[in-house]
Amino acid sequence: MRLGRIRAMAVKEMLQVWRDPRSLMIALLMPVMQMALLGYGVNLDAKHIPVCTFDREGSQFSEALLKRFKSTAYFAVVETVDNYRALTAAVDGGDCRIAIVVPPDFSKRLSDSGASSVQAIIDATDDNSANLALGYAQSVVSGFSADIAVQRAGMQGQWMAAPAALSLESRVWFNEDLVSRNFIIPGVVAMVMALVGSQLTSLTISREWERGTMELLVSTPVTPMEVMLGKLLPYFAIGFFDAALCLAFAVFWFDVPFRGTVFTLFFTTALFLIVVLGLGYLISVTVRSQVGASQIALLVTMLPTALLSGYTFPIDQMPALIRAVTYLVHARYYVTILKAVFLKGEGVVELAEPILAMTIYAALVAVLAARAFRKRLE
Amino acid sequence: MSAPDKPKIRVAGLTKRFVGTTAVEGATFDIARGEIFGLVGPDGAGKTTVMRMLAGVMRPDAGSIEIDDVDVVADPEQAKLHLSYMPQRFGLYEDLTVDENIRFYADLFEVPRKLRDERTGPLLAASNMEAFRRRLAGQLSGGMKQKLGLICSLIHTPQVLLLDEPTTGVDPVSRRDFWRILYSLRESGVTILISTAYLDEAERCTRLALFHEGRLRYCDTPKRLKALMPGTLLAITSTAARDLHKALLGRDGVMSVMLVGDGVHAVVDDADRRVPELSAALDAGKIPHGELVRVTPSIEDLFVGLLKDEHAS
Repeated sequence: MRLGRIRAMAVKEMLQVWRDPRSLMIALLMPVMQMALLGYGVNLDAKHIPVCTFDREGSQFSEALLKRFKSTAYFAVVETVDNYRALTAAVDGGDCRIAIVVPPDFSKRLSDSGASSVQAIIDATDDNSANLALGYAQSVVSGFSADIAVQRAGMQGQWMAAPAALSLESRVWFNEDLVSRNFIIPGVVAMVMALVGSQLTSLTISREWERGTMELLVSTPVTPMEVMLGKLLPYFAIGFFDAALCLAFAVFWFDVPFRGTVFTLFFTTALFLIVVLGLGYLISVTVRSQVGASQIALLVTMLPTALLSGYTFPIDQMPALIRAVTYLVHARYYVTILKAVFLKGEGVVELAEPILAMTIYAALVAVLAARAFRKRLE
Repeated sequence: MSAPDKPKIRVAGLTKRFVGTTAVEGATFDIARGEIFGLVGPDGAGKTTVMRMLAGVMRPDAGSIEIDDVDVVADPEQAKLHLSYMPQRFGLYEDLTVDENIRFYADLFEVPRKLRDERTGPLLAASNMEAFRRRLAGQLSGGMKQKLGLICSLIHTPQVLLLDEPTTGVDPVSRRDFWRILYSLRESGVTILISTAYLDEAERCTRLALFHEGRLRYCDTPKRLKALMPGTLLAITSTAARDLHKALLGRDGVMSVMLVGDGVHAVVDDADRRVPELSAALDAGKIPHGELVRVTPSIEDLFVGLLKDEHAS
């Protein structure tokens, strides 16, 4: 292996990227655009869920309860109806996601037995939002009932009795504000890097075949290893620049808390870059047309990363078989690492397991990529 | 087919099959040091396949190739150090400048920087390209592209030069530059294997190999190949070449007729007997024609004659 030849390949490749608008766009524009799109587009927090109310009692208590729905930021009361048919129409028509019905004996039962109930009708076509809406509705109602209990205790002359004998006080760790963005954005960075990385290198060999420059290149003494290293080096630099850009975007623009060290971040990012660049290169060697290589690179990185990396759907909630498949998804390890580095501030030691897995992955891809390229025309 | 010294290149039984066809079948030839060895034949004759196998970028199915003592089939990488291959399709980077391309190939062959700069100047000068050093290769004319290709392949001073139709689509001035460079290389002992579609270029080669349908049919000096041709070639000018062509075709003693620029070329078995015969017949048929002149066949006449002969037998 000769350094001079590697350097010659790298310089040539860099000049070509610099002069090719399409490559430049993938290298510089794509990461920023995707960060913006995915960062803003994916938001699992529900706010201003449209709600429809049906007060069958019209008492002071029922109005007080419904007023709470109006005042919270989670809900927006879009319609107030006075019969079930209108309510059904509102839910069916998609005007509201959730309907709250206060029964006619609401305050009577409350004063008689100290317990009453309200009905919630939820549009569960999107189960995630339905769960969120239900959860928020429960918290509004339980907040109300706690206040009632305190009031009743006061009226009965008891001094501030506990509203319940035992209450659960939950404390959320790592993402204290339960902002979904905080765990989505590190995943977005992984997603963007998986896409951009493989796109960058997917063209590098297929371009030589398509433009007819490969025949001359393989007639020179350059070795396959020198070709690979020379071609990947510039993209490694570009990839690193892109990663830094995305990470800075996450921290300074989306305000994701960053608790780890920059070293852990860059070390693991370098590993991940080897995996994605190597994968793109491998595809480029195998598929000899630029369009074909780019499409395949998109297919093998986009879907698995979006669905199986734990970027949106938690891996531990997947069926065992699918969970087994996720071990093959390269982004899985980087997503895990990024979330841990960002939110938990974990270092190389705590992350030994995913780092090891990613190292093995990188080595495997590198060996396959190095062996795939043959200096033959057939 | 004898070569004076120990041959520089020895090819024996070279065979390459592709799915459904045999591109090259049992080609055997030697090339001496300092030869300009021409590969000629119609498209699809197997010239490019032979070139590629010699360049070590395609593996033959059978046969052997030796350049000096290097077995090209077994160790193509060793051979690549001493040869240069210029593919038929332009193989340089169109988005790099002339200088950048030269530098890239010099680096791949590990030519020291100083040496590279010393060689680049004269090579650019010899091809009249000094003014275009900073131009992108993609913006060069066809002729200049090919000359750049030649410069890149000469930057590491190879001992063997493999050129696959390097002058196809090249303007006459550039072609002249090109051949001047080839002659001077030959004098410095470089062995050149060139395929060409231009038969005037074929005449400039020291020896020619005629390929047809994957087989090597004839291999000798242009002069001796011409002697192989049976019959005598007659050139007949005419203002009605097509009628003349029709009138001659199939007549007794006429072996072949070919339309050329200002008339026809016809091959006859016995010129002394046929010239008066044909001349009388043409006059009788009122076909305008000039004198029937005996000429030395060109390589093109030769191939038409030789290959036709073979088809007949």
